[in-house]
Amino acid sequence: MNHLSSQSLPVSVISTFWLALFFLLIFFFLPLLVVFGVSFASRGLYGGVEWILTWDNYRRLADPLIGVIFFRSLIFAAMTTMVCAIIGFPLAYVVARVSPGWQLVWLTLVMIPFWTNFLVRTYAWILILRADGLVNGFLLTLGIQSEPLSLLFTDFAVALGLIYGYLPFMVLPLIVAIERISPRLEEAASDLYASRGAMFRYVVLPLSKPGFMAGGVLVFIPSLGAFITPYILGGGQKMMIGTLIQQEFLVSRDWPFGSALSFGLMGTALILWFLVNRTSLGKNVT
Amino acid sequence: MRSLPKPILLAGFMVLLFLYLPVIILIGFSFNASTMGVAWKGFSVQWYENLLADPSIVEATLNSLIIALISTALSLLLGLGAAIGLEKRRGLRASCMNTLILLPLVIPEILMGVALLMLFVMLQVPLGFGSIIIGHMVFNLPLTVVILRARLRKFNPAWEDAARDLGATSWNVLTSITLPMLRPAIVGAALLSFTVSLDDFVVTFFVAGPGSTTLPLKVFSMIKTGITPEVNALSAILVVVSMAFVGLSWLFQQEVPSSFLKNDSSS
Repeated sequence: MNHLSSQSLPVSVISTFWLALFFLLIFFFLPLLVVFGVSFASRGLYGGVEWILTWDNYRRLADPLIGVIFFRSLIFAAMTTMVCAIIGFPLAYVVARVSPGWQLVWLTLVMIPFWTNFLVRTYAWILILRADGLVNGFLLTLGIQSEPLSLLFTDFAVALGLIYGYLPFMVLPLIVAIERISPRLEEAASDLYASRGAMFRYVVLPLSKPGFMAGGVLVFIPSLGAFITPYILGGGQKMMIGTLIQQEFLVSRDWPFGSALSFGLMGTALILWFLVNRTSLGKNVT
Repeated sequence: MRSLPKPILLAGFMVLLFLYLPVIILIGFSFNASTMGVAWKGFSVQWYENLLADPSIVEATLNSLIIALISTALSLLLGLGAAIGLEKRRGLRASCMNTLILLPLVIPEILMGVALLMLFVMLQVPLGFGSIIIGHMVFNLPLTVVILRARLRKFNPAWEDAARDLGATSWNVLTSITLPMLRPAIVGAALLSFTVSLDDFVVTFFVAGPGSTTLPLKVFSMIKTGITPEVNALSAILVVVSMAFVGLSWLFQQEVPSSFLKNDSSS
């Protein structure tokens, strides 16, 4: 059927189709090629790009100082992904299994933070964590602490901000995955005397794996390249890949090295995305 | 259906609370008369009034609205053609396009920012409104296509075929069947693109030029210079507007004129 109707699309639709493709080629694909190209160029005297081809930028990635930053970012991203999976699961399970009347309400409440201003949501934590913020206010008033705790500009604050920021990215694919598990399987497990814990352990969790995979990528990739959170909640003191890239581009103005860093980041992200896309569910979620 | 186990329901609710609590606290603080600390010194809209009196905030608001409107409109225009075209095509070309459409949504934002910055500088495109609008379209266009396609896939193609059999031209089919069927998805996609554009910080941060400061850039620079009650007020406005629009967009995406749906009982 479809091949018949494809002949009869109006010219306006076909031309905007090509225009859209053209737009993405120029403003999405081409810029990535530029990053790739510049990553082999040399830095000019005044911060420009000189087209003397070199491997130096990639060699510099092996510098222990850079290695430490990459490692830090990987640890933070892995930790964020894991915590999001653990705390995201109960929420996703409730949304997937709540009665149909309530489902739209829960789903809407989960959808909203997914798209809501990331910068402002991160900023809100400053009010809670800073020296004269909410947490310290409580601790001091109740006399639990005599001195304010330093919570802001710590690794803890960055981790909390990343988990908070990217949690919805884990929950949504998990909801899709859990909804696909027939509730009858859970009933069957209970009928066969599985405890509630065993039912989750042996039925629900293994069948939710595609959701954990898709959600894992959606959380891992942006937290690996995170820039806002380490900058705002970490005070930009301890570098992560995101803050390092920003610094190379806007402060040190070493575009070739910044490009090599970006390309390393993108390579990691793309490999992950393709790996997960090969599982059937990833395709429908991302 | 069996009822949910209580501990799970409670855990789910706590996690949802975790998602909203900081935002609620932020909104609360924005009405606190106190300039320092957490102590509640009474209700005040002073900080909101200060925002209105600040010309740079008013300018940033206008910039943000203009950029969001134009990038949404253009994304919708291109996205409609891309979504309808993709839905009707098969084969290699369509699957290449599919990948090209989805990639901008999964690539780290900071990478898009620096890549576009270098492209614009090399092509000597001046940084400002134009570069920000293009930067926002790079994610708004794929977003629009994904939402429109989700709706297109649920439609019964028999309606279009019937119209064609009755002698409608392809233009007639588009304007009197396909587009009206898509209307809720179009509204939903537009609202969401508008919000995402209004909210974007990272890409904008890299491709903005002098005189094109948007609201998130303004918030960022205010946070850097020191936290004032005005930042709370501005952030509260942004977050409330953004939540309202996202919620509306989501509800529009749910609404489907039932007669247009595929009547297959299996789904």
